[in-house]
Amino acid sequence: MPYLWGNKIIVMLAFLLTLGALLGVVIVLAYAERKVAAFMQDRMGPTEAGPQGSLQVMADVLKLLQKEDIIPAAADKKLFKLAPILIFAAVFAGFAVIPFAPSLVPAGIGIGVFYLLAVVSLDVVGLLMAGWGSNNKYAMLGAMRSVAQIVSYEIPAGLAILSAVMVCQSLDFQEISYQQGALMNQFPGMEYDMNWLFGIRELGINTTTIGGITTWNIFRAPILLVSFVIYFIASLAESNRAPFDIPEAESELVAGFHVEYSGFRFAVLFLAEYSMMVLVCLVAVILFLGSWNTPLPNIGPVALAYWTSGTVGELSGILWGIFWLLSKTFILLFLQLQLRWTYPRLRADQLMHLCWKVLTPVALAVVLVAGIWRMLMI
Amino acid sequence: MKKDTTGFWYVVKSLLSGLRLTWSHFRKANKRRTPEYVSDANYFKQDDGLVTLKYPYEAIPVPDNGRYRLHNEIDDCIVCDLCAKICPVNCITIDSVKATEDIGTTSDGTKKRLYAPTFDIDMAKCCYCGLCTTVCPTDCLTMTPVYDFSEVDIKNMVYHFTDLSPEQAEEKKQLFAKQQEEMAAAKAAALAARKKG
Ligand code: SF4
Ligand code: SF4
Repeated sequence: MPYLWGNKIIVMLAFLLTLGALLGVVIVLAYAERKVAAFMQDRMGPTEAGPQGSLQVMADVLKLLQKEDIIPAAADKKLFKLAPILIFAAVFAGFAVIPFAPSLVPAGIGIGVFYLLAVVSLDVVGLLMAGWGSNNKYAMLGAMRSVAQIVSYEIPAGLAILSAVMVCQSLDFQEISYQQGALMNQFPGMEYDMNWLFGIRELGINTTTIGGITTWNIFRAPILLVSFVIYFIASLAESNRAPFDIPEAESELVAGFHVEYSGFRFAVLFLAEYSMMVLVCLVAVILFLGSWNTPLPNIGPVALAYWTSGTVGELSGILWGIFWLLSKTFILLFLQLQLRWTYPRLRADQLMHLCWKVLTPVALAVVLVAGIWRMLMI
Repeated sequence: MKKDTTGFWYVVKSLLSGLRLTWSHFRKANKRRTPEYVSDANYFKQDDGLVTLKYPYEAIPVPDNGRYRLHNEIDDCIVCDLCAKICPVNCITIDSVKATEDIGTTSDGTKKRLYAPTFDIDMAKCCYCGLCTTVCPTDCLTMTPVYDFSEVDIKNMVYHFTDLSPEQAEEKKQLFAKQQEEMAAAKAAALAARKKG
């Protein structure tokens, strides 16, 4: 099942499938970004390339691939060339532990959450390499800002994730996923676990077989709703999205750390940025919004949750799982786009104020409360 | 009392109202403004929907009295040269040749007596003042609603309105010269006859 290490071909296949799926999602996202932005500003967005401009992203990618790969004469060539690949690899490696469906996870390792946080942090090294390697003061400044921002926001994000991990008592994304739905007892080792409404056993309402939205983490332990908000804000900052996009304030600056990049390498950086958006949304969905579980609960004989979950290990289960996971992720991605076109950019000091003086203390308090809540659940 | 603009709930409320605003615009994105002229009763009633005009495919109608590209209906032109004289930037070039025969009348009944081997208007020089159209006695020189006529080569900005080919023009000139000669000869003959008589 999830442990596919022995078979190199299957690992390779999983790699290519994930890469392909990611490229597909990123293309849809980049197109959606343009259209959503346009619609929110009463514009039309791309209309010329293909029906409704749907081939615009393809055209952009083709353009980027044809461009000359310019490496500045004074750049540190090795760092400059390696940085985009490292950045993308770091983000892409994060996808390895994402469970896409009840029985579908590229690498189901027990410390998935920890691994994800660690490997995605590698991104920061790539950013610094790109900024430093460009030998351009603006790229360097951009990189330092990006890194400062990402490192700072990793703390509230990490604490928010920690509170979810404390409630779930697991670092395995797949186990966390199973806990948040009616299929919980089918996970090896959780046959006799139970879910209580709001995670309070004293209420005496057993939601184990009700599933649906009642067992999502934000309902299982409502304090996680606060964690979710904190994580979502921090994840915006981590993926350098508005309103935290100071490092590459498109409307003011040319670009941040990637000002010297062109052609294919720029395309890779672009891809990494969008992949990061997808990844943080996937993690938010998995940790807080019920992962691949259906939002529809079983209501007495109307077993909506079972009907919309398929059978674990079969095609129906995989398809339903992917469907729910992706639709929830796309809702969050849409929210990210909408936030970008709604809120003004924060100043650098406001950014740090929000992180260190607001989010971090609140996240610490939430961790404490989550620990207490966990005691109510058992 | 001043409204309290601080505090957690106020901020949350204002953040949410921001989202509501963008969402309402997003929802109305299926509507589009129709390209209507400002005098249209509907013009100010289209508050929402996409405002983009897909320009080459659609355009807002121009005002009736707008001043854009000139057009000369050469069949109605009596080649009086008034337009060329009034033009403040001298962008109209007219050559005329007197007709030897009857060449008919314009649509408003004015008799035509001149051919125009050259009737050029340089639209690149024209300042679109419209003076030429007001002086034109037969109203054959008019402003059209066409404003999108940029050219790659500036020579193409000179519009030729003549209906004569260079050969025809040459022929008309010869005819006129011949007629003048004949008239001069006839005059000389008449003079000689009078002297004799
Ligand atoms: S519009 Fe004015 S500038 Fe243009 S040709 Fe007529 S008189 Fe000359
Ligand atoms: S004023 Fe009118 S009729 Fe006279 S030459 Fe010009 S266009 Fe022809």
